[in-house]
Amino acid sequence: MKIMVPIKRVVDPYAKVKALPDGTGLDTGGAKFEINPFDEIALEEAVRKREADPSVQIVAVSIGSSSCEDQLRKALAMGADEAILIESDAEWDSPSVAAELAALAKELAPDLVLMGKQATDDDNNQAAQMLAALLDWPQATFASKLDLAGGRATVARETDTGEEVLEMALPCVVTTDLRLNEPRYIALPGIIKARSKPLAKRPPTTEPRLRTRTVRLDAPPTRPPGRKVGSVDELVSELKARGVVA
Amino acid sequence: MKALLIAFDPSELEPLARFGAALGAPFDVLLLTGSADDGYGASEMLLAGLATVPPADGLAKGIASVAEGYTHVAAAASMRSKDVMPRVAVLLDAGMVTDAIAVLDGKTFQRPIVAGSVIATVTVETERVALTVRTSAFDPATPTGSANKRSVALYCPTAVARTSAESQASGGRPDLTQAKVVVSGGRPLKDAGTFEKLIGGLADALGGGVGATRAAVDSGIAPNEAQVGQTGKIVAPELYIAAGVSGSTQHLAGMKDSKCIVAINTDGDAPIFEVADFGLVEDLYTAIPALMERLRP
Repeated sequence: MKIMVPIKRVVDPYAKVKALPDGTGLDTGGAKFEINPFDEIALEEAVRKREADPSVQIVAVSIGSSSCEDQLRKALAMGADEAILIESDAEWDSPSVAAELAALAKELAPDLVLMGKQATDDDNNQAAQMLAALLDWPQATFASKLDLAGGRATVARETDTGEEVLEMALPCVVTTDLRLNEPRYIALPGIIKARSKPLAKRPPTTEPRLRTRTVRLDAPPTRPPGRKVGSVDELVSELKARGVVA
Repeated sequence: MKALLIAFDPSELEPLARFGAALGAPFDVLLLTGSADDGYGASEMLLAGLATVPPADGLAKGIASVAEGYTHVAAAASMRSKDVMPRVAVLLDAGMVTDAIAVLDGKTFQRPIVAGSVIATVTVETERVALTVRTSAFDPATPTGSANKRSVALYCPTAVARTSAESQASGGRPDLTQAKVVVSGGRPLKDAGTFEKLIGGLADALGGGVGATRAAVDSGIAPNEAQVGQTGKIVAPELYIAAGVSGSTQHLAGMKDSKCIVAINTDGDAPIFEVADFGLVEDLYTAIPALMERLRP
């Protein structure tokens, strides 16, 4: 069983990120970069599957500049068996990422592509579903539980109103939600061991073809400052004056 | 330009029509389940008459099969639309915009990124455009009376079996994303019973929906589908009451476009007060029962 885990290098999700005043880019305030937290959940899940079944093989993949090597090393330290960096300084939008991952999936023939439901930088929530469509594979997004057995995936997934369970034959694409697992802390031996694991670098096999282009970045509109009220009574009269309660 | 708006059920017709009006192009509506009379300005209502919403692989093919001739295909932002619309975009070779909050022209849209810290202006380079839309960012649509209707047969071949589907009993409360009032609670609510009694109780007194922070959901105090935030539900009600909510960036991303925000927290320096129209520095255990008393109809 081979599990392919695409990971994205994103700015620390807890950092304060602002638009530059001239609207041309982001001010990340020198924040660190991390593995997209949802991709980290995907990695953790893959590692747990391997712990249950030693024949599971985990390939971590990232598309981007040479700096992505840091995140792939971390993925190896978490337990991926090998890593592939598709090295490119070009801009990749979600459909371009999906197309490159589809080409790689055809080559590696994984039984499962397991990845985050969205990246915390662009919040797009597109790449995995697009990959599944390009491969014409079934998918389960927003997974909160994943079982693999007998060549099938059984996935409990979150919905707008609760939860549902989907069953499908492998290969398929699954995206992770927060409650799937809690990623492990990486201990030092894992970091040392990761240095000797294979990390292959190669150029992309597809050209990014941008279907969307970000032309400007702005600060969100600010809310007019509110005020503190001294009591529940005062709060209720303010809300009545605003007409938001009867 | 002509848009096809995908309504999963009749409750999405009015919200979707808001986007149709903002786009300024004629639009048809594809209603997947249920039936309705008013199209809120739709040129035509296509009734698929599905008993349930099919899995994404099949549904995407079904939607794509009736999307010929439309420049835009859009759905209201939700987990179910985000599941399927990227697949539709691939089948139509359409550039896709997630969570659109403004229309600048037929190819240029605005959307929040990085947990709403930044608003990106995005142009679509392809002939056709796929979108999910935060309908609460647009002005309400007016009823236009009976629409032209036509039945369509959607063929949705799927490789997926849905073996169970559970909807949490919402206790007759309105859907979070469409509620006029949302009452949210965080970790200080201690346990599920207390959460339901205080947050649920105040929500019921106001005829509103119940929301929660990720921390409250993770600790089992509140159900998953109540989570409001960057990775949960995005809400923008007339009134949002946050009790025992500190106001992390991730939570604010899900509610800061609410028309009126009330924060109740014992920590007067909590970041939630920075976005609150009215802040009350008081213990929620005394403030909420007092509020319920005064606001109960």
